[in-house]
Amino acid sequence: MTLEWIGDALLLLVLLPVVVYLLRGVLKAADSIVPSVEQIAAAAQAGSRDLDSVVLLASTQEHVIKTIESAAAYGGSLDVIIDDA
Amino acid sequence: MPAAGVVMIVAVVMIIGALVYFLVSTIFALRKITNGLDDAISGVVGIIEKSAPVNDVVAAINQNLDAGVDLLEGLLVKKAGMADAVGLVDGLYPGAGAEGFRNFPESKTVRAPRISEVYTKGTLTLARLGREAPIAVTSPAGPALRNPAYGSRAARALYPGGRPAEPEPLPRSPIIGTGSPVQYPEGSNGADSGAV
Repeated sequence: MTLEWIGDALLLLVLLPVVVYLLRGVLKAADSIVPSVEQIAAAAQAGSRDLDSVVLLASTQEHVIKTIESAAAYGGSLDVIIDDA
Repeated sequence: MPAAGVVMIVAVVMIIGALVYFLVSTIFALRKITNGLDDAISGVVGIIEKSAPVNDVVAAINQNLDAGVDLLEGLLVKKAGMADAVGLVDGLYPGAGAEGFRNFPESKTVRAPRISEVYTKGTLTLARLGREAPIAVTSPAGPALRNPAYGSRAARALYPGGRPAEPEPLPRSPIIGTGSPVQYPEGSNGADSGAV
């Protein structure tokens, strides 16, 4: 009979607080991850939106090619018109 | 049932209740995390997809720009000479003269004339390009880009077969009046003297 009471005391005074403490720690850790993950998700979405204008690089490339072609033609003309130093 | 057994059952129920409460809360938190990670993954996938062609495009742009820089640097050095070219670049972009031109390693050691301190950039450029501008002769620290005395090479190109010699003399204008070697009598050949 005494051993049963000792067992009850162990359950209530030791095992239950330890279980509660450990589970509460796990829940705290999980809860602390949530805002970080939400921030990461928001940052990833914002980064993806920022890259929407990457498509314009194609037109930039075309403009660069045209500009260089014009500069080459202009330089060729200058080469003919202006005497060398 | 003995009291000790009842207390044990109550203790076990309390432990199980704590387990259920905290584990269920943890499950909900993990579900939130999963949803957040799904959003993050979709965003990262979007970033990867959108940035995939960037390397090729930027490399092509840089390649074209490199060709343009080589062309313009070569043309500038050819036409202006190394010293004036470095001076002109240094005048437009202060400090850039020390870096020199990419394809001309010797340009780093050239002592660049301080062009922009004497004349404004536009005036100086036009003056040094202009053959007849007086400023081109006495421009700072260097000869004119075009030789003012012998700068007619471009004009000569208009005459591939050589510049034409002096033209044949045209017949002189007829002399009229009383000193004319040919005198026409009044009223001859239908002439109307009344109109004179």
